[in-house]
Amino acid sequence: MMKQLMNLLKKQSDLTTILMFAAGVLTMPIWLDPIGANYPDLLQKFVIFGIFAVGYNILFGLTGYLSFGHAVFLGVGSYAAVWSFKLLTMNVLPAILFATLISGLIAAAIGFVSMRRSGIYFSILTLAFAQMFYNLAYSVLIPITNGETGLQLRMHDPRIIDNYFSDPLPGLPSTDFFGMSMNGYSGFYFCAVVLILAFYIAMKIFRSPFGMKLKAIKSNQHRMRYTGSDTRPYLITAFIISGMFAGLAGALLAVTDPLAGAERMQWTASGEVILMTILGGVGTLYGPLLGVGIIKYLENIFSTINESVLQQFFSFLPQWGENIMVSVVSPFVGEGWHLTLGVLFMIIIIFLPGGLMEGFSRIQKRYRKAKIKDNQSDSTKE
Amino acid sequence: MTDTVLRISNVNKAFGGLQALSDINLNIEKGKVHAIIGPNGAGKSTLLNVCVGLLTPDSGTVTFNGGTNVIGKSPHEINQMGLARVFQTPEIFPDLSLLDNVMIPAFAKRDGAFHFKLFQSLSGETKITQEATEILASVGMDDKLNVIAGSLSRGDKRRLELAMCLIQRPHLLLLDEPTAGMARHDTNKTIELLKKIKEDGMTKIIIEHDMHVVFSVADTISVLAQGAIIASGTPDEIRGNPVVQEAYLGGAEL
Repeated sequence: MMKQLMNLLKKQSDLTTILMFAAGVLTMPIWLDPIGANYPDLLQKFVIFGIFAVGYNILFGLTGYLSFGHAVFLGVGSYAAVWSFKLLTMNVLPAILFATLISGLIAAAIGFVSMRRSGIYFSILTLAFAQMFYNLAYSVLIPITNGETGLQLRMHDPRIIDNYFSDPLPGLPSTDFFGMSMNGYSGFYFCAVVLILAFYIAMKIFRSPFGMKLKAIKSNQHRMRYTGSDTRPYLITAFIISGMFAGLAGALLAVTDPLAGAERMQWTASGEVILMTILGGVGTLYGPLLGVGIIKYLENIFSTINESVLQQFFSFLPQWGENIMVSVVSPFVGEGWHLTLGVLFMIIIIFLPGGLMEGFSRIQKRYRKAKIKDNQSDSTKE
Repeated sequence: MTDTVLRISNVNKAFGGLQALSDINLNIEKGKVHAIIGPNGAGKSTLLNVCVGLLTPDSGTVTFNGGTNVIGKSPHEINQMGLARVFQTPEIFPDLSLLDNVMIPAFAKRDGAFHFKLFQSLSGETKITQEATEILASVGMDDKLNVIAGSLSRGDKRRLELAMCLIQRPHLLLLDEPTAGMARHDTNKTIELLKKIKEDGMTKIIIEHDMHVVFSVADTISVLAQGAIIASGTPDEIRGNPVVQEAYLGGAEL
């Protein structure tokens, strides 16, 4: 029975993978509780940035094209979603669809131009686009973005669909999914279901001839052309898909908190998703999600640890030992969480260029080898 | 009158002051293995690059399969027309498994230059998987289906590249020095393989340095010297041709 289960896990058919994944995501409030990460705000961030990273990995992981401007789509998705809330309805479904569509269109335009070049030039082009959008949001595009204040909901927004069916209620309305409020845990579960769908799409792409062709482009684009594939449309398609994933993530950020600001499009946000992908494992299915988990955990939990927490933690030591430990560890926590991230990132780049997933597969291999050796020695004894 | 697969007419190409190709006329006949030999700098690679559209000649035409113009086409268009190429340094997908390496050209042949279908399942592609396994078996590598191609020896990479071209069943296969930089043992293995695939009736152009290879596999040989074809004929005719011996072999006996 156990053996059958193991075989099932090894084979990892599409169905088992997605079922396991869904179970893992939906039980997050339970297994994240012991490490203090079980509160809706953070859970929502985990899954939303998970979608962002999973989509980014379709571009960077499969084709090897390093985009430095993916935060643009995150921002565009947020703006589009908030506009949908303002003009149409507080229902999140149209907002999500609208945001994904708009960011797909913008990704098509940026991808069409940027994909004329590869390598560092491609990265620079995407960065240039991102900075352009970021600065335009504070100048020319103020009618759309509302500049530094950010785009917010207002009392007198038209909300055509909502107001057609019912009279506007007093006070600012909140987002909902056919009556289900998007605050707290219900917001998390909604985003989690979207992540599971997004992950399913990514997995199907990874395991299709299309995904295989993208990997081949990463491996040797020259050969790919000489074996009869026009690489450009493949690359642009991958760019658009990952842009749409980012737009979807941006829309969900607006769903859980209906406010959109241009700082979401800053280059640091683009850098963050690169960091997440590399930390977890470029080109692996689960790696980017792992990276998201680590970075968001450090950012939100690690950064709240202060000296009194440390003193408590090391209180089992004698006073002088406690003092030493606290002064050694304190630069790495609280405001210094970036230091921990930096050290972790360097260790991984140097020792595990394939990210944490490479570490896991190495351990697995070693374990398997040891097992085979055991079996062999067993059989010789017999 | 046999069919002509590739017709090269009055092709000229100069790089600055150097006349790399002067007035080349060549017909590659269907089902034949046509070797192009010549000393270093004779223009062999230039000619090959003109044939695959990589270089545009100053004048002249190259037509494929009775009329399609090759010049100015991009690499994937030329491949889709039915022309596959093996490079001087093996061009494979080093990060993918051997099976994937061979399946990708098969997909390109079936799906065309671009195919937008995101959710086809790879595990459902039994026909192409089967085909790829057979092709790898025919070059003697079916024991390494899941090996990552980058870890292969140079000779094995060459054989893999050959398999990648063969699975497309091209009308014309271009081999650019298939034994370049190989050890004697690998060269012999490659000759055996070339002899074996000769029987499939596929038209081939071989550019080669190694006389041993050329005389063992070619039906027709053209000799290129200083950008011009100085002789064309069967291996025996070429062997006995005094002009060739003078120009290429420095008067030495073959």
